Amino acid sequence: MKYTKRLAVMLAVSSIVVAACGSGAATTAPSQAAATAGAATAAPAATPAPAATPAPTTAGSSDTYPRNETLYTTGTMWGPPSDASYNPLDPNPEMGTVGLVYETLFLYDPIADKFTPWLAESGTWTDPTTYTIKTRSGVKWSDGTPFTAQDVAFTIGLAKIKAVGSNIWTYVTDATATDDSTVVVKFSDPAYQQWAQWTYNSPILPKHVWESKANEDILKDKNPNGIGTGPYMYKTAAQDRMVYVKNDNWWGIAAGHPVAPKYIVDIVNGANNVALGELMQGGIDLSNNFLPGVATLVDKGYVNTYYKQAPYMLSANTAWLATNDLKKPMDDAAFRQAIAWSINVPDVVNKVYGNIVSAASPTGLLPTWDKYVDKAQVDKLGFKYDPAKAASILDAAGYKKGGDGFYTNKDGSPIKLTVVVPTGWSDWEAARDVIIASLKAVGINAEAKIADYNARTAALQKGDFDLAVVNDVQLGNTPWTYYDFMFRQPLQDPAAKNRNYGSYSNADAWALTQQLDKTPVDDVAGMQAITSKLQKISLTDMPIIPLWYNGAWSQVSPVGWTGFPSEGGTQVYPVTWNGYWQMSAIDMLTQIKPVTK
Amino acid sequence: MGRYFGRKLLIYALTFWVAASIDWMIPRFMPGDPVQSLLSRSHVTPEALPALQAYYQNLFGLDQPIWAQYANFWTSLLHGDLGRSVYLSGTAVTDVVMGALPYTLGLLVPAILLSWWSGNKFGAIAARRKVLDNFFLPIGYILTAMPYMWLAIIVAWLFGSVLGIFPLSGGYSYAMEPSLTFDFAASVAGHWIMPFMSLFLVMFGGWAIGMRNVIIYELDADYSRYLGSLGAPSGLIRRYAYRNALLPQVTGLALQLGVIVSGALVTEIVFGYPGIGKLLLAAVQNQDYFLLQGIFLFIIIGVLIANFLVDIAYVYVDPRTRVGMRGGAA
Repeated sequence: MKYTKRLAVMLAVSSIVVAACGSGAATTAPSQAAATAGAATAAPAATPAPAATPAPTTAGSSDTYPRNETLYTTGTMWGPPSDASYNPLDPNPEMGTVGLVYETLFLYDPIADKFTPWLAESGTWTDPTTYTIKTRSGVKWSDGTPFTAQDVAFTIGLAKIKAVGSNIWTYVTDATATDDSTVVVKFSDPAYQQWAQWTYNSPILPKHVWESKANEDILKDKNPNGIGTGPYMYKTAAQDRMVYVKNDNWWGIAAGHPVAPKYIVDIVNGANNVALGELMQGGIDLSNNFLPGVATLVDKGYVNTYYKQAPYMLSANTAWLATNDLKKPMDDAAFRQAIAWSINVPDVVNKVYGNIVSAASPTGLLPTWDKYVDKAQVDKLGFKYDPAKAASILDAAGYKKGGDGFYTNKDGSPIKLTVVVPTGWSDWEAARDVIIASLKAVGINAEAKIADYNARTAALQKGDFDLAVVNDVQLGNTPWTYYDFMFRQPLQDPAAKNRNYGSYSNADAWALTQQLDKTPVDDVAGMQAITSKLQKISLTDMPIIPLWYNGAWSQVSPVGWTGFPSEGGTQVYPVTWNGYWQMSAIDMLTQIKPVTK
Repeated sequence: MGRYFGRKLLIYALTFWVAASIDWMIPRFMPGDPVQSLLSRSHVTPEALPALQAYYQNLFGLDQPIWAQYANFWTSLLHGDLGRSVYLSGTAVTDVVMGALPYTLGLLVPAILLSWWSGNKFGAIAARRKVLDNFFLPIGYILTAMPYMWLAIIVAWLFGSVLGIFPLSGGYSYAMEPSLTFDFAASVAGHWIMPFMSLFLVMFGGWAIGMRNVIIYELDADYSRYLGSLGAPSGLIRRYAYRNALLPQVTGLALQLGVIVSGALVTEIVFGYPGIGKLLLAAVQNQDYFLLQGIFLFIIIGVLIANFLVDIAYVYVDPRTRVGMRGGAA
């Protein structure tokens, strides 16, 4: 039935084309008609039914990947997958390289704040400087070789190579496999928080494959068909998609993690109209792109998100306003306070984002770290949007308005701040305009500084900026990363600066940050005591101003699969970005079910 | 003839040298550091950052003085090496571009040739039929005035989203693997038709309008009237008029090539069609200067080659050029 209808429409269309070409172009018509007719056979497979009729079309016999066994994702890749790197040591490997192909010792669940043993059966601090890993038994690499403690010790050792880009050997002194299932790691001065991060972020590599590669050129290896322990294996890649196929011998299937999709087809990011259109038709099941205005589609039931109402998305990182403390008047804490009180964040949330993000806590800590927030202290010291209060802070600090109605420096020189965001990040550009309007409303003159991503990054590193929106540090297991970002000392070399852009200097804060790093992960009370002190500093000195939480953009289509993570269902991040599979997003694959059997 | 092509080739060589040098210069004089932006996107610990930075700067040859980089650029260019893509982890730019090129050529070549050929034929016919002309003129003007992207969006919305006849994105069905089967070929064609159509229609309108106007002029020219007064059949007059009217259209094709290429780029983006355009967008979004530089170089070479072909074609369609080359007077 459906086929006949399609064919009828198609004939109508080709006749329109022919009519438009007219008799003069008649000879072109046959080739077009042939192509059109050809599309008819492809149409059922290529275009699943429109959203209006959400029954997915049955896959044609020509499909390599049957609809009910294939998960279509997008949102991570920007370039042709056939040219990309599948090397787990690459700073930006292809989607799923770590998490689907290579696995980590632990998973971390940022919603429950829980570590799950993964390739490790356990990891324990047997004494304050010794960490003992018991590796999981019965795990095999995809080439059939058994996974052992040797592989773990080898992977830790590999981090000594500079090109691997790891810093663990600044505090690790030795890693030895004492038997086939035990690795003993010795530390000089254990950075417990960083090490915990390492255990769920660093993929374990097969020694028998990688020991021959181990030298500075290790990053040049593109490594398709990599040998991993994970639930999926590389199948193929083309210009605009790549395909993983399930590893039927994966250890997790017997261990209670039956991943549902046989194939995962990841599609290169396209224009918004493509992502939205495919999502609505069910051609894409999971999109991790930022799609402006998606809340409307959720409210109408076309697509689903983690929350059914605002903020719709889980949070992925904090967007901050970095203030350049090397310049007047940003070097004055009172002035920074005034900026914080003057910015209309509610407008950013409602008008710029249409409520798919939420305002950040005055501490800047992500919702996941809520237990580390000293709420009484925040009530006392925290800021919110209040222009009158901002003006009174400036007045109290001795700033006077000049003839043009704007505040001046204390020496009488005019103030004109610039705000920089990367060109083309349209949501941030709109947010920047809100920030500028808010500052002007209070009496602080400000304007936009236009710079693309590279130029803006260079300006941040050289300290050539006044105010900049940044979101460098991502979700993770420890608020230490955020304090490292805020307070890092000594200031890094401008050529390689990626922390503390504002060059805020506070020795006490940095000492506390290091102390936090060296607090055991299970000592929550100890961490709370330190973070409370750090929050006092950040709330009073305001080295960087938290604005809003950027979302873990994720919209799913109800056409092909059901049971995606949601507030009332499986509570994990429905996100395929690098770093998220091992933050328990892999659980999503065990929970989803095909709509048709 | 040798002198004619010799002169042309020299001009092309000069153009290429200037264009390639500008192409090399622009990324390097833009603010910012591509390696830094590559690393700032991933979450490298501060302690490991300097080492990785040094590694990548060496990989991309950025640790050498600027004159050496320029010399290296030409040396490797003459060896067919366009450098390495930053955001694709050091893949050779030549490989990256070659992977995308077939899709773009597959769209562009048929769209240009078919629209030019059929547009000219149709314009010539429309010029002589009042009813057809009245009906076609406004449509032709609307088509040719339409930006490629705008028509592409309308086509995608109508045939892709509303009617759901053609797939919205991709080079072939996401559920398929390339194979030598009818189904796969049909899938390729089905994904090709919408981007092709949107390119074809805009160009078709332009050529048809151009031809219509020139034909009307030629049919009124003295030679046509003279032929008519001699009693020549109107078919013969039309054939002469058509051949003369074709000349400005050939020149127009050479002039239009650059615009057409950029039209193909935006069309690919709207249809999520894998090709140079989509690659270019990704390169811009990732500030991948080497890839950008390589893509532009391919476009420069492509446009120059196409122009050269048009030059050759001109010799054949315009007898005056041939006569001129033999030293005779036209």
